[in-house]
Amino acid sequence: MAYQVPRPKLTFAEKIYLPSVIAGLKITLGHLWRMLRGKTHVCMQYPEEKWDSHLPPHYRGAPTLVSDEFGRTRCVACQLCEFICPPRAIRIKPGEIPAENKFAKVEKFPEEFQIDMIRCIYCGLCEEVCPEQAIFLKKEYAITGTSRAAMMHQKEKLIEMGGIQPGVVNKWNEKK
Amino acid sequence: MNAILHDLADPNSILFMIWTTLAKSAGLLGVVLGMVSYTVYAERRVSSLMQDRLGPNRTGFPISLLGFGLKDWSPILGGLGQPIADAVKLLLKEDFTPAYVKKFYYWIAPALGIAAAIISLAVIPFGSKIGTVDMVIANIDIGPLFIFAISSLGVYGIVLAGWSANSKYPFLGAIRSTSQLISYELALGLSVVPLFLIIGKLNLVEIVHYQVQNGWMLLPGLTAGKLPTLSQVLCWIPVLISFLVFTIAMFAETNRLPFDLPEAETELVGGYHTEYSSMKFALFFLGEYTAMITGSSLIITLFLGAWHFPGIPDGSMSGWPGVLWGLVNIGVFFTKVFAFLIFFIFIRWTLPRFRYDQLMKLGWIWLFEIALVNIFLTALIVAFVH
Amino acid sequence: MSTEATTPKPVELVNVQIDGVWHQFPKGTRVIEACSQAGKFIPRYCYHPKLTSPGNCRMCMVELGMPKMTPDRKPELGPDGKPLHNWIPRPQISCAQDVSEGLGVRTDSSMVQEARKGVLEFLLINHPLDCPICDQAGECRLQEFSYDYGQAKTRFLDEKVKKPKRVEIGPRVTLDDERCILCTRCVRFMREVAKDDVIGIVDRGSYSSISCHPGKTLDSNYSLNTVDICPVGALTSTDFRFKMRVWFLKETKSICTSCATGCNTVISARENIVYRQTPRENNDVNQAWMCDYGRLNFHYLHSPERLLSPVVRGHEQPDWKNAIATAAAELKAVAPEQIAVIASGKMTNEELYLTAQLAKALGVKLHDIVPHTDTGDDILLSTDRNPNTAGAKLLGVSASTPGANLSAVVEGIRSGAIKALIVLGEDATLAGLTSADLTKLTVLVTTAILPNATTAAATHLLPSAAFAEKRGSMINKNGRLQRLNRAIQPPGLARDDWEILVGLTEAVTESSLGFNAIEDVVKAMTAATPALAGLSLSKIGDLGVQLPLPANE
Ligand code: SF4
Ligand code: SF4
Ligand code: SF4
Ligand code: SF4
Ligand code: FES
Repeated sequence: MAYQVPRPKLTFAEKIYLPSVIAGLKITLGHLWRMLRGKTHVCMQYPEEKWDSHLPPHYRGAPTLVSDEFGRTRCVACQLCEFICPPRAIRIKPGEIPAENKFAKVEKFPEEFQIDMIRCIYCGLCEEVCPEQAIFLKKEYAITGTSRAAMMHQKEKLIEMGGIQPGVVNKWNEKK
Repeated sequence: MNAILHDLADPNSILFMIWTTLAKSAGLLGVVLGMVSYTVYAERRVSSLMQDRLGPNRTGFPISLLGFGLKDWSPILGGLGQPIADAVKLLLKEDFTPAYVKKFYYWIAPALGIAAAIISLAVIPFGSKIGTVDMVIANIDIGPLFIFAISSLGVYGIVLAGWSANSKYPFLGAIRSTSQLISYELALGLSVVPLFLIIGKLNLVEIVHYQVQNGWMLLPGLTAGKLPTLSQVLCWIPVLISFLVFTIAMFAETNRLPFDLPEAETELVGGYHTEYSSMKFALFFLGEYTAMITGSSLIITLFLGAWHFPGIPDGSMSGWPGVLWGLVNIGVFFTKVFAFLIFFIFIRWTLPRFRYDQLMKLGWIWLFEIALVNIFLTALIVAFVH
Repeated sequence: MSTEATTPKPVELVNVQIDGVWHQFPKGTRVIEACSQAGKFIPRYCYHPKLTSPGNCRMCMVELGMPKMTPDRKPELGPDGKPLHNWIPRPQISCAQDVSEGLGVRTDSSMVQEARKGVLEFLLINHPLDCPICDQAGECRLQEFSYDYGQAKTRFLDEKVKKPKRVEIGPRVTLDDERCILCTRCVRFMREVAKDDVIGIVDRGSYSSISCHPGKTLDSNYSLNTVDICPVGALTSTDFRFKMRVWFLKETKSICTSCATGCNTVISARENIVYRQTPRENNDVNQAWMCDYGRLNFHYLHSPERLLSPVVRGHEQPDWKNAIATAAAELKAVAPEQIAVIASGKMTNEELYLTAQLAKALGVKLHDIVPHTDTGDDILLSTDRNPNTAGAKLLGVSASTPGANLSAVVEGIRSGAIKALIVLGEDATLAGLTSADLTKLTVLVTTAILPNATTAAATHLLPSAAFAEKRGSMINKNGRLQRLNRAIQPPGLARDDWEILVGLTEAVTESSLGFNAIEDVVKAMTAATPALAGLSLSKIGDLGVQLPLPANE
């Protein structure tokens, strides 16, 4: 339903606008003057100062693939992250774990796993959707590269960045 | 050979006129473009200081290359290299032409934008004289009209950019800018008519002369070294109104906040230049700031005495003193312009953007009519005084 | 429904109350179907409309009420004049019960909800947490119903029963016994439809599991249908296994072109790659099934051998205009009676129509298609492996007995009477010619998808589109006109056949046919062919149109 926003009734001083210009200038120039006298506390001066050590636990850096205590990359290539990723940064090619492999019970693994870090918006939806707790946004945030190819994080790189992370999903052991 | 050298030095010869004009043009262009880059820098620094940030304070000149144990980054010069780095970056960036743009117009639009701004500089008297040479590139009798005519051509750059980009945001920006420029041009033109009524001249050099003799239009009593006459006091009221209207319309004409609707980032991505990159984008940028400088110069020339400052003589004497005082006059002019640019910047970082209907209302209902009434008021006063 | 339409005596309707609203249904309708028709979907696992109802999963439970009777055996009427009900105090399955006069059904009462919750809890007791690696995820009835009717928490603390996983139960089917919910759909399908009763349930209680009879495998040509009807991920296709998640697949309704039956299909593709074909229900053609042969006959679409660019006399000619122009010019240089056309029963009607136009433009009289036959069965697979023999006959490209003209072509080439040959979507060596014969020709124009002996000898090779890459229509062996749809784009420079044929014809006649889209071709074809009069691709619809044609077999 249309809703009529009531317009405020303006006084003459407000209508001619100039007093408010002056009022505004008073504020901004006040800041300027404080700054010039060195009285303002300015923000952190990156890169000399960093807050890496103060990053909160929920900080969302680059997405990575983590491994469990037995060295198995937790990802089972369910492709839910590929589906949920808003900018479609993730690309997965699923594969089958051969029957003689010691993790054969898991059956499926990502043959290729690529995150396009030019596209990634660090939203964390992949971490949230993952049923295997396999993908985590770690604390790295300075992700740069000199070519597009370097910004495509491939499986190896993602696994290396992820490291080992024991988690609560331990359904692939014998008991299940 | 000797004849040519002689000609070059003879104030009445054609050759003399050509080389002085070329020198003036090159010098003015150099100064103005340099000023543009540092206005951008000033804009960034001032805005950051107003917002409790530091702004670009790193890029110094590579003075360490000279040896002497110098450091590139110094607290004082820090950031002054930024405009140079920016220019290099803009030149070297990938120049991307999107598919489906109308190529010819797409290419020509940025050039149109900046050409209009630069051409209008030609009639601005940016200094008194050096020796016998007037410090204005083209001393024509219709200075202000010429400026209005040329600067309104600048809208073609914007319109063509918006239309040829074949994309909705630029198109919206272009439409907005057309209607905005047309609306405010009226107020702009009408607001200075009182000045001409009072002075009775349209030649900018002579307008400046009038101010040198009778005090600046806006501050008559303070700058002439004598008490203002009754007619000056009476005329001061329309001049003040005229100044206010002119300045406001100038803000709108240069697309500066609070009138920056054609490129309102929050609504239109980048406005009319959304689809431009690299140097083509930079040309728009340049054009916009050049227009600011032209606008400020015009205000200074019309209301604030141009190169004149009480107590400083002009450079019409011969020999070195002429050159010296001539240069000082030029310095005064650009100092005033720069001060006005800083004022532009203050306003930009203080006021929020108008809504479109407010913009139109202000232009058509307030400024236009005030300017119109002001003309009659002035005419009455002038008639009364005579 | 169609069987009822043919019975002369009028259908007897009965009144049924579903969730308080009275409806009428023909006698003999299952309660579960009646509810669906009334817009009340009943969850089910074991029930399948094309199979018998064993009633073993108990998912479809509803409350049933019989009309209340007065002592004089008259229905007792409520204040609204409708019968009142005696509700049966326990929930009943709806899949094995027919509607009867005055029956009452409650599909969503608290008792029904409780029953469903209970059934699901039992089903999930031993179910593995396999969804992330299970191919069924996304189209799994267990997932869906658990979301809709189940509960999120498990109350089961014991260890789950272990069963065999990753079992190759047949050459094309992989079985995961842990995921099986013992609905026996697969067992019944093999027994009732495929007539190859090789699977059954062994062991008891929690240990019951699906298995093949000793010494047998699930190797029927219809085995992959069990994958379709398995409501969970217990039976999965070995071919499709782990290739792509179903939620990425774009589905396109089309038909199978591997034999003259023309089973209706859904082609599932993602980003120009076809991942699977599944049958689509059409009671006049294929019920809900298709054979494994046709289903898996699509991998050639993505063969690395695919022809990607026109080739003119051994040189790649990426400029189509040029390739077509030289082909047409060289054909025109040959006398009409020295040209023959070998077309294909795999072409669509539109392409066959244009082939006839091309033959007419060139003045060619000798044309035919190559018959392909193989053993069929009496379920779906036809002995005629050309999907559109009927169309080729109707449009006059084929001889009245397909292949009858081929011997004339072979002789003509061998004797040197035929100098130019146009081979469309076929391999001429299958028509009785040898590779050596083909080298005798001065001009050999061919359209093809994959390289073969003909493309090797071709002077003008024009790469064309495969069945999933184009639109068009075909007529199956029973005279049913059906529609192909485009699921993916042709690779490389390969072009839709109709565009190639239009190009050739226009280059030969040096005039425009005015065809800008396949619809224009259809329009011209239906106008020129009385049997197809008034039809268009959109009128054919998803299920096809029966033509008044004599049956082909
Ligand atoms: S963080 Fe967001 S954008 Fe980045 S890969 Fe994950 S889902 Fe995609
Ligand atoms: S959601 Fe998790 S398990 Fe699934 S593909 Fe992504 S990372 Fe792998
Ligand atoms: S059968 Fe269904 S519920 Fe079971 S693992 Fe597969 S997708 Fe999940
Ligand atoms: S394998 Fe599938 S179709 Fe067969 S009984 Fe088990 S769940 Fe039912
Ligand atoms: S669907 Fe009715 S009992 Fe299984």
